[in-house]
Amino acid sequence: MQRSVGYTLLFATLVCIVCAVVVSGSAVQLKERQDVNVLLDKQSNVLEAAGMRMPGEQLPPEVIEERFATIEAQVIELATGEIRDDVDPATFDQKKAAQDPATSEKAPDNLARVQRVPNLALVYLVKGDGGEVEKYIFPVEGKGLWSTLRGFIALEADLQTVAGITFYEHKETPGLGGEVDNPGWKSLWPGRKIFGPDGEPEIEVVKGRAGPPAEEPYKVDGLSGATITSRGVSYLVQFWLGPEGFGPYIDKQAARRAA
Amino acid sequence: MASNKAREALIDPLFNNNPIALQVLGICSALAVTTKMDTAMVMSIAVVVVISLSNFFVSVLRDQIPNSIRIIVQLTIIASLVIVTDQVLKAYVFEISKQLSVFVGLIITNCIVMGRAEAYAMQNPPGLSLIDGIGNGLGYAVILMLTAFFRELFGSGTLFGKQIFQLATEGGWYTPNGLMVLSPGAFFLIGFFIWILRVWKPEQVEEE
Repeated sequence: MQRSVGYTLLFATLVCIVCAVVVSGSAVQLKERQDVNVLLDKQSNVLEAAGMRMPGEQLPPEVIEERFATIEAQVIELATGEIRDDVDPATFDQKKAAQDPATSEKAPDNLARVQRVPNLALVYLVKGDGGEVEKYIFPVEGKGLWSTLRGFIALEADLQTVAGITFYEHKETPGLGGEVDNPGWKSLWPGRKIFGPDGEPEIEVVKGRAGPPAEEPYKVDGLSGATITSRGVSYLVQFWLGPEGFGPYIDKQAARRAA
Repeated sequence: MASNKAREALIDPLFNNNPIALQVLGICSALAVTTKMDTAMVMSIAVVVVISLSNFFVSVLRDQIPNSIRIIVQLTIIASLVIVTDQVLKAYVFEISKQLSVFVGLIITNCIVMGRAEAYAMQNPPGLSLIDGIGNGLGYAVILMLTAFFRELFGSGTLFGKQIFQLATEGGWYTPNGLMVLSPGAFFLIGFFIWILRVWKPEQVEEE
């Protein structure tokens, strides 16, 4: 049937208002719960990289918080590797810092396609009973095929051997690049070495299969059907553990250990 | 008579007039989310909810919607429902919503939803439209779950994440079929389902 233009406009406006109220209402209502989920997810990924949670294991929120409380967070200055005690790690938002021109630098051209590097960054430390550091956990991020992958890589106390890797945010193709979440693939990382003889990060995700860590310490199996995601993972690990990322901090800590 | 019509609206889309197998709609998401059964199940539930509610609301408004803007009104209703569903999933089943990623949002473009709104809900009363929505959602769900069953079982040797076949890489006997976790695997499977369905119900075969 034919309606007047006025009626059509009125109807369209009403539908828009009702839908807008419903959508924004639900977004506001559920925001708090979603934020809690995102935070818990990040914390449980730190735990996973640290080997304090089995890949794929679901823990109740209290347990995640309890275990996460045993991990010490530090804010460090990336360029110098100095620890900044004056910044509270609990309130420091690295993602925000990386976006703000006042607290970040434009990244030099890099294969991981990182746009900006924050001046300050977070490091998580797992400490033993005697207070000595057992594991270092570094936040990493870089482009895959469709999206930015964000995750953590954990190194043993020697700052050379991988203890674990995990990604908490990405939008890669489920079943292909999305297999970065596959526990089987992640379990290939521990025991691999990061730095080659010249001190540069040499680890990479190769096409096809890599041997056991003892034979091919710098190689990890590729994700089949996901060449670009695999390459992205190589580049982002190399970038963040290299001189533009946590390199200065790692050198400093390694020198202190040697002393 | 009325209950007969309702039963038809509910049962027909399962096998006689299945949205995926006969109308070949909604294939994109059927390929994307069926590598694992738990994601397929959550996706199915989300689609059932969205189709039935969108059918219901469109039907309630069917006599008021001006003909000239009916498609955009349907789309607005569908889009709002999908966003709300996505928000709810993010709040309550975070892990799975992370795996479904963009595909929940893409329900908006799932032709089944809009197809039912335009073809059924615009002509029928709200109650029947709701049932028709549930029926079509379940028709979609049946194919999704079947596809996911075979893909997860033969592609990863698991069902709902539980190991069923011992994998050769972990000392067992089963070598996973890589084709199953890739999208073409789902194409082959859905093709087989359509074939089987048409052998069982020859009236679905198109005229030459």
